[in-house]
Amino acid sequence: MTANVTIRIQPSDFDIAREIAALTDGRSDIGAVVSFTGICRGSEDGAAIAALTLEHYPGMAEAEITRHAETAMSRWELSGIRVIHRVGRITPGENIVLVVTASKHRQAAFEAAEFLMDYLKANAPFWKRVDGADGKDWIEARDHDETAAARWTKS
Amino acid sequence: MKLKYFAWVRERIGKSEETVEPPPSVRTIEELIGWLAARGETYAHAFETPRVIRAAIDHAHVKQDTAIAGAREIAFFPPMTGG
Repeated sequence: MTANVTIRIQPSDFDIAREIAALTDGRSDIGAVVSFTGICRGSEDGAAIAALTLEHYPGMAEAEITRHAETAMSRWELSGIRVIHRVGRITPGENIVLVVTASKHRQAAFEAAEFLMDYLKANAPFWKRVDGADGKDWIEARDHDETAAARWTKS
Repeated sequence: MKLKYFAWVRERIGKSEETVEPPPSVRTIEELIGWLAARGETYAHAFETPRVIRAAIDHAHVKQDTAIAGAREIAFFPPMTGG
């Protein structure tokens, strides 16, 4: 069984069905696929927004996600991982991020997907700027994102 | 060494990267932040609250007491908000 890990950072949208199929096509050892999609909301802290602009640190962003994908592969029995993170201008209702995990059994796939998202939010070098009615402003990091990532270091 | 800035750190300084040669007395990330903050108003504004600034050396997260000797690229940025 070979592990299938793909990480992409791109301005364009992604097709969730196609990304899942890329992990499962031609394989009969996979019993569970979990996908998480992060979507741009139309409001931030109660104020309507026109769009988000996602900035990232090229090179480090790929390295950080790869590092966490490798950790997930060593921690859970996974057949494959796909992580796609969009950058640039994203309007409400559009996809921002996709994490897909495939495994023999659902528990590994669920846990690995949640682990990857928690780590990605707290540690992957991406920043969201809101384009709102009263100008442009950077979104502040939330403490609970770091708390969510930290809980995986226990156990 | 090459420095890179992201998000509001980049906007406040007014550039996304530059090459600097700090004096030998600047040994850690924390000391580099202090040295940069003294370079002018834009830098002082970017680094006015050092504890919120995150740093990476050669694409890996580091704490502010990390030594900078041998670093090729150091990046400064606010806490991350991706995902």
